Amino acid sequence: MTALLEVNDLHVFYGAIHALQGISFHMDEGEIVTLIGANGAGKSTTLKTISGLLRPRQGNILFQDRDLTKVSAPKIVSLGIVHVPEGRKIFAPLTVRENLEMGAYSRSDAKEIRASMQQVFASFPRLQERLSQPGGTLSGGEQQMLAMGRGLMANPKLLLLDEPSMGLAPLLVEEIFRIIVEINAQGTSILLVEQNAAMALSIADRAYVLETGTVALEGPAAELLENPQVKAAYLGR
Amino acid sequence: MRDLPSRIIVFFRRNWYLAIIGLLILLWLAGRYRESPLLFWQFIVDGLRLGFVYALIALGYTMVYGIVRLINFAHGDVFMVGSYTAYFATTRYQWGFLPAMALAVGVCAFLGVVIERVAYKPLRDAPRIAALITAIGVSFFLEYFTALDFVFTPNFINYTPLPLKITTWEVRGITFSNIMLLIIAVTTACLVLLWYIVYRTKLGKAMRAVAWDKETALLMGINVDLVITSTFAIGSGLAGIGGMLYVLAYPQIRTFLGVMPGLKAFIAAVFGGIGSIPGALIGSLVIGMVEMLAQGYLSSPMRDAIVFSVLIIVLLYRPTGLFGEAAREKA
Repeated sequence: MTALLEVNDLHVFYGAIHALQGISFHMDEGEIVTLIGANGAGKSTTLKTISGLLRPRQGNILFQDRDLTKVSAPKIVSLGIVHVPEGRKIFAPLTVRENLEMGAYSRSDAKEIRASMQQVFASFPRLQERLSQPGGTLSGGEQQMLAMGRGLMANPKLLLLDEPSMGLAPLLVEEIFRIIVEINAQGTSILLVEQNAAMALSIADRAYVLETGTVALEGPAAELLENPQVKAAYLGR
Repeated sequence: MRDLPSRIIVFFRRNWYLAIIGLLILLWLAGRYRESPLLFWQFIVDGLRLGFVYALIALGYTMVYGIVRLINFAHGDVFMVGSYTAYFATTRYQWGFLPAMALAVGVCAFLGVVIERVAYKPLRDAPRIAALITAIGVSFFLEYFTALDFVFTPNFINYTPLPLKITTWEVRGITFSNIMLLIIAVTTACLVLLWYIVYRTKLGKAMRAVAWDKETALLMGINVDLVITSTFAIGSGLAGIGGMLYVLAYPQIRTFLGVMPGLKAFIAAVFGGIGSIPGALIGSLVIGMVEMLAQGYLSSPMRDAIVFSVLIIVLLYRPTGLFGEAAREKA
């Protein structure tokens, strides 16, 4: 079986700053893979490069054997990769419904879009109660749900989640992670970037530890959870 | 967010001397009104006619600003091209009113798209001042290029005969013309159409999404370049309609025609709150009426001075205008 996503020797620069220094990893279909690491290790940069917001200077990204490094960001969405950005990035003046519709921008079949919206409501019932409210008036947790729901509206094969737990109360974090597992169970592969390494490792199949733009460690999530180095550096115990 | 009346009270409490000046102006106007209510209402009606034309131009300023944060100073010159297009279509080629308007929309929309692609798009990630100066350059280019002998020539053209007969009638002593009703009807139709596009269509929703956050719009699969191009096309098309209506009301055409209406509409957009569509309409109507009152009660040259003073006052005391967005929160 070929990998769903294959990232090979990725080098990305911000001006003169060498942010990604040769990152390689892969994902199989149906997996939850998590990238953990400190601030500035290159986690978000990796996601932005996969979704086409940043271009690598070297290396390639294969999605179902197709190189994404030359594909435009909107086209990448229609290939089935959706990036839910850090900080949620809700369209504040648009209503919740309009935000969801924007998520489905790359699709045209109205009936399928309605079906996706029903699925999103099943995962996030609270969004349905707030449909005509501007996105900017939602609470942080609701905004995260909206951001994920909006991502799901594109019916992605692969969902890139950047810090979904950021700034949320512990109970909400639990709920968000429960929903991530649920989404994955319905067949969407998930690449998860998290500061909350303990949470991320507890739901992931495999994990990569990034340090200053390189992959420092990799392995099954359950193993990394027991790894003394990881425990000391990222799990705080 | 407080409601509008209480915000107005707070604003004037903080700037009490503005309130006093405003009251004095109102008292003075009231005095003039008592001298001759008829004249006053005539100025108001004329001001509305002008204001509805400004609105068509101001919408383009405000839409483009909303989406790329650029004051497109060439917008007034696109408006001028609309005037010429309508003139040539209706006189030299004897087109009817509606086909000529459609042509003006098409030519101006195309011109707006070309300007965006050639002059602004390459500068989208440059500092904003670079794009602003480029916009002024494009404006001068259009004014002087179209004044060349093989384009529109530098001469004044009197728009005769007009493609429609002017009829005027008096209601209680105030003169209305069919051109004024036409202007109001067309502008209102454009506003309704624009409202429909912006709030009900996929393109309009995408325009609002791109205006808020381009990067996230890209992540939704929105073709940001196409959305920006469409915004220029719609705004410039409206200016084309405005150009046609303007020369029906003021039938003298030249290549610098767009400068003053362009600036006035810009002021109207700033007054209403740049980036806000209802603001562009309200601002335009107010500016049109202020202009006609100033011209009627003071003098023709004073009307420009007064309107530009409005710009200075707005920028000093409320740079976001009537309906302008407050500094937005980024999560």
